[in-house]
Amino acid sequence: MNAIALAAIGLFIFVLGYRFYSKFVAEKIYRLDPNYVTPAHRYKDGVDFVPTNKFVLWGHHFTSVAGAAPILGPAIAVYWGWLPAVLWVVFGTVFAAGVHDFGTLVVSVRNKGQSMGTLANKLVGQRAKILFLFIILILVLMVNAVFAWVIANLFISFPSSVLPVFIQIPLAIWIGHAVYKRNAKMLVPSLVALAVMYFVAVLAAEYQILQIDLVRYMGGEEGAGIFGLGAISSAFFIWIIILMIYVYIASTLPVWKLLQPRDFINSHQLIVGLGILYLGLLFTNPEITAPITNPDANDVSWFPLLFITIACGAISGFHGLVSSGTSSKQLNKETDARFVGYAGAVGEGVLALISIIAVITFFPNADAFKEAYSSFGAASGGGLGNFVQGAGQLAGGLGIPPEVAATIVSIIVVSFAATTLDTSVRLMRYIISELGTEYKVPALEKTHVATTIAVVSSAALVLIPEGPNGFGSGGYLLWPLFGTSNQLLAGINLLLISIWLKRLGRSYLITLIPMIFLMFMTLYAMISQVFTQWAWWNEQSSTLLFVFGALILGFALWICLTAVSALMSKNQTPIDPKE
Amino acid sequence: MLDKMKKLVAYYEEVLSMPHRQEIARELRNEDDLFLLMLYSEMIGIPNPVYYYTLELYPHMIEKFHDWHLRMGMEKSPLSGIRCC
Repeated sequence: MNAIALAAIGLFIFVLGYRFYSKFVAEKIYRLDPNYVTPAHRYKDGVDFVPTNKFVLWGHHFTSVAGAAPILGPAIAVYWGWLPAVLWVVFGTVFAAGVHDFGTLVVSVRNKGQSMGTLANKLVGQRAKILFLFIILILVLMVNAVFAWVIANLFISFPSSVLPVFIQIPLAIWIGHAVYKRNAKMLVPSLVALAVMYFVAVLAAEYQILQIDLVRYMGGEEGAGIFGLGAISSAFFIWIIILMIYVYIASTLPVWKLLQPRDFINSHQLIVGLGILYLGLLFTNPEITAPITNPDANDVSWFPLLFITIACGAISGFHGLVSSGTSSKQLNKETDARFVGYAGAVGEGVLALISIIAVITFFPNADAFKEAYSSFGAASGGGLGNFVQGAGQLAGGLGIPPEVAATIVSIIVVSFAATTLDTSVRLMRYIISELGTEYKVPALEKTHVATTIAVVSSAALVLIPEGPNGFGSGGYLLWPLFGTSNQLLAGINLLLISIWLKRLGRSYLITLIPMIFLMFMTLYAMISQVFTQWAWWNEQSSTLLFVFGALILGFALWICLTAVSALMSKNQTPIDPKE
Repeated sequence: MLDKMKKLVAYYEEVLSMPHRQEIARELRNEDDLFLLMLYSEMIGIPNPVYYYTLELYPHMIEKFHDWHLRMGMEKSPLSGIRCC
């Protein structure tokens, strides 16, 4: 099949979803009111509550939620063939992610712009809030571990990307300083920074001396590393330690110093990335070489693991945090929520779709694909590398040399992953502090204590699982756990929206059905993985994965029970829709 | 065409600068809060030798003062003599 046709069909369904389904949800279920005074107007303070143009807010919302996860998940999930992955991305976005992101935004707008954690307390009770905090804690812990592995893996596979990525740090600090202290405009400096990064990338792709290749320094893959480890294991170890030191510093700095200016550069990169891939697709006009379904993929069943592997890109609980954390406080009119929330989810779907296409058009034929995706482990470990190479091939259609294109794509992915890592370590620090307040352990409220706990636990988690390349290379084994915790969070968000709709006396099926679907998949995936793979009586047993899997399973069951009792409960006070 | 391009660039810049402007505003507000606390520290029991004079500024900043005590988690004005709400 032709890849342009696949992209066109996918995009067409997204358009239909936005045009018709979101309209139905907006008018009949959420019943948006153009005259409702949104929190942005009611509590306008020029800081958090600022009425914002819907296109600007959409741009901000989309760049906040798009990252490396909607690229990595689909690149792994094509293991079962491209059709299941495409179907889940397209229909998951239209029927689950859209109503989820849109719904969290509307519920928050109707509740003074409060976050989902606070709303959990309000709609269900104190226990739900603690449950919410613990799930976010597990989620950010998984994000830290997986994304540290992603960056280390790309640094080892594409050593030419190291220097441009590190150059981004002083450039970002310079921009932050210029804008903050001298009130400079940020568009031109951030474009200059991007140009410098890509220029260094071109040079690094060309000259080996500019490639910081730890494995080569230690005498190649067979060489001896440090502490008696092999070269690759040592490279993973060194990169992960460097990343953790970096992230410790980055997450304790004020956001305007490094995180935000890097976000400006990354926003350009998102547009450059999407532009290169979709234009490249038009110019190369590739055929899909991967199989529609992969009958050889029988070591791990697609059902239910596909729905966990593609988390962001189909539905992600993390979006609910952004919707209710910042976007809801800036919504100008309630009717804008449809565009910001639903179309924001569609944007993420568009990114996931091109990520699938980059991988499934990369291989010369189906046999080459099956060789690269010989097992689920091989798919998880090599998926990202395949995406980078595939994206490089698409970019080749625009006349960019493949090595340069692969370097630039890996820089884009690393930049996204680094921002996610920084944000999620910061978030973990806040949660640890909040739990410290909740359980009266004042030491945990201190910035450096909380950050140390966050960084050390994340580093330990990423270093423990052993992959085929030895110590430190197995971070991807945590991916299903990341997926499940993200889906659980989405499940809670959908539950909260359903409870809210029920108390308003409206139909809540549009959020309840995706919630049941997600909770079923999460429970099924965790039960099958925990008991048939990770438990000590199996061949591939792993105590670490077993413990985390069992913990997530427990949380999933807890949510289901809470959901049933909250939805069945008859003595809930109805909410006045005019409120 | 040129106009449309300019509009697009302006839109893009707006998207980029929105979170940043918010952060700068937050930082400024925090500084202002600290300043207000220094002016009216007497109210929470911290002795302030210039309280008598800073009180003179009060009518000029009554609105901001109201926002401030709300933000600090006090529903009503903590100052018994002068009330903003």
